[in-house]
Amino acid sequence: MAKVKLSESKINKIKEICASFGNKPGEAINVLHKVQGEFGYLPAEVQEVIAQELNVSVAQIYGIVTFYSFFTMTPKGEFPISVCMGTACYVRGAEKVLDEFKRELKIGVGQTTPDGKFSLNCLRCVGACGLAPVVLIGEKVYGRLTPDGVKDILNEYRS
Amino acid sequence: MEKINIIIDNKPLQVEKGQTVLKAARAAGIDIPTLCYYELDGVKLENRPGGCRMCVVEIEGRKNLAPACATEVAEGMVIHTCSLRVVNARRTVLELILSDHPADCLICPKSGKCELQDLAQRLGVREIPYQGEQSTYRKDMSPAIIRDVDKCVMCRRCETVCNVWQTVGALSAVNRGFQAVVAPAFEQDLAKSPCTMCGQCVMACPVGALSEVDLTRQVITAISDPKKTVVVQTAPAVRVALGEEFGMEPGSIVTGQMASALRRIGFDYIFDTDFAADLTIMEEGTELLTRIDKFTKGDKNVKLPILTSCCPGWVNFFETNYPDMLDVPSTAKSPQQMFGAVAKNYLANKLGIKREDMVVVSIMPCVAKKFESQREEFKENGNPDVDYSLTTRELAELIRQFNIDFKTLPVEDFDNPLGESTGAAVIFGATGGVIEAATRTAYELFTGKKLEKVDFTELRGLEGVREATVDFNGTPIKIGIAHGLSNARKLLDEVKKGNSGFHAIEVMACPGGCIGGAGQPFHHGNFDIIRKRQEAIYREDAGKPIRKSHENPYIQTLYKEWLGAPCGEISHHLLHTHYFDKSKHIEIEG
Ligand code: SF4
Ligand code: SF4
Ligand code: FES
Repeated sequence: MAKVKLSESKINKIKEICASFGNKPGEAINVLHKVQGEFGYLPAEVQEVIAQELNVSVAQIYGIVTFYSFFTMTPKGEFPISVCMGTACYVRGAEKVLDEFKRELKIGVGQTTPDGKFSLNCLRCVGACGLAPVVLIGEKVYGRLTPDGVKDILNEYRS
Repeated sequence: MEKINIIIDNKPLQVEKGQTVLKAARAAGIDIPTLCYYELDGVKLENRPGGCRMCVVEIEGRKNLAPACATEVAEGMVIHTCSLRVVNARRTVLELILSDHPADCLICPKSGKCELQDLAQRLGVREIPYQGEQSTYRKDMSPAIIRDVDKCVMCRRCETVCNVWQTVGALSAVNRGFQAVVAPAFEQDLAKSPCTMCGQCVMACPVGALSEVDLTRQVITAISDPKKTVVVQTAPAVRVALGEEFGMEPGSIVTGQMASALRRIGFDYIFDTDFAADLTIMEEGTELLTRIDKFTKGDKNVKLPILTSCCPGWVNFFETNYPDMLDVPSTAKSPQQMFGAVAKNYLANKLGIKREDMVVVSIMPCVAKKFESQREEFKENGNPDVDYSLTTRELAELIRQFNIDFKTLPVEDFDNPLGESTGAAVIFGATGGVIEAATRTAYELFTGKKLEKVDFTELRGLEGVREATVDFNGTPIKIGIAHGLSNARKLLDEVKKGNSGFHAIEVMACPGGCIGGAGQPFHHGNFDIIRKRQEAIYREDAGKPIRKSHENPYIQTLYKEWLGAPCGEISHHLLHTHYFDKSKHIEIEG
């Protein structure tokens, strides 16, 4: 696990969020949601501050973070990749495309490459079914993608 | 209490309103099988997630089967605990649990005492029709506890004990679905969590997912080595519980059989931690009186109350949670460690053997003692004062391995000089006992008068937090007692505020004190067993010819021959310790 040093201002921000929920243990999910919205992810140190503020054990906070797939402990990559797994995309081979991304980047779903460039995630239908299978990289949409096309697209961002 | 009428298995019953079907049935002698449910009624602790569904029953008029542990009785309820439908459902539940459970019963540390194995036998499971995926989680070994969570059935008993009874919060259910396990934060090793090693999670775990580190092989090796003099000490609470391992009634006192078993196993000297408990009282009692004396003379630096320091789980707890109060607890070492220090210094010298050639083994009702014995400050040039700390259960294991028929053993005595003890030492094994023992001695030393009544019944009991004021001939001494770290926390927070008025506080981490320690025979939540051990402790005390530590003649000799005075130069060096700030314990791996 990478060590993350938290700045004073970050810690204060977390405390502020906890306080806005009355420091209530029952609000842990909402607190985590908001904090992740603020920082993008929930490293161990952040969870420790939250546990302290809400007066629950770190183990319990970690329990919540690992229970809901929405929460993540790894920072998103510079270029977050989202593969649509809606029905249309799935039927038209999204899984093969996803596998190709995994192979190319040597990471799994929910992970980030060691250089911090790419992270890989799945999405529910993005409503662009006409373009299935669809992949988002950042804000950019790639349609009708085949496994063969994956490498070229990645190269656009690699340099 | 309002009564209502129900029928269980065709038996009409009048039961208390508001209780669960499970409790009503058990009270009527009908045992519904359970797995996730765990209760310590003596200390009002309950784990009732209602998740495993092992306890399902049929209630007439309801479509679905209901979990008995989570369903309240109602007027006119008709319940069936072993209809065909229930029996089938129970079996399916069990088969599903078994489908991803490792089948290593042959070599599992919990074998023979495992509730899951028990259920499989009771329900006559002979094959497992479902084949689930087997998890392969890494094993985690702290100095006292082994986690093998492939065997975890997610009952979450450990989590409840750790969170609610101890307020330590080292464990929590993490991940979900097939990946779900109970683990410390960030799935780090237990040793890196705030775990106090109290072991109550081991006591609560129905299966072999949590167990203590087993040191029996090391002890057998030491005994077989002709160059080693192997000395054994046995803690007070062991003698009132060990018999249970051999089918004797809970509360049987087996002090004499235990001594003879240890002799047959081949230990060279059979001594008693109780001797060291008397010594602890001399040191801790003197420390208390010195502090009170200084305090009444207006010394602003003196800390009151004094906190007992015999319980290693408790010591770990305050080092982690109250680092700003490290000068409040007594500096006296625990009896286990006092014994070790006396054995490896005084006794080794007397016997004319080198420290390295002496091996000290302790038999403890405790899991945290394993950790305590390996603390760096209790070693000299890497050689620990206490080499191996075994639990009561491990001693039973040794007795079985040595083919000893425990029940027919003759009653024998401990060896001298470190085997003689008083009734005050025996009661160290129960909550309130250490402070009662200290009071017996401190009273006489403080007032110069003889105690008319040595029994301080006001200090006994099972309430989580107890308070009493003892009259020291005109000086009121206020005493606090807590068992369970949740209760200790309550008292400590009061002390921290600074106006608690206590002179002395005793803390033990386990329910009922050491008698309910995590190294004792498994009680599976039957608190009556702990109550019976408690009665036995006070019976043993009452039967002792000497009941005050300072009257132990061998203790008096020890001071004359070697130590000088309590809290003197040698004591300070060998019988006292200091504490460390462990609040930064949670490390993040790089
Ligand atoms: S040993 Fe005690 S403190 Fe440690 S995890 Fe188990 S219950 Fe919690
Ligand atoms: S480790 Fe044991 S007590 Fe804890 S949840 Fe798993 S099976 Fe239950
Ligand atoms: S024992 Fe009742 S649901 Fe587990």
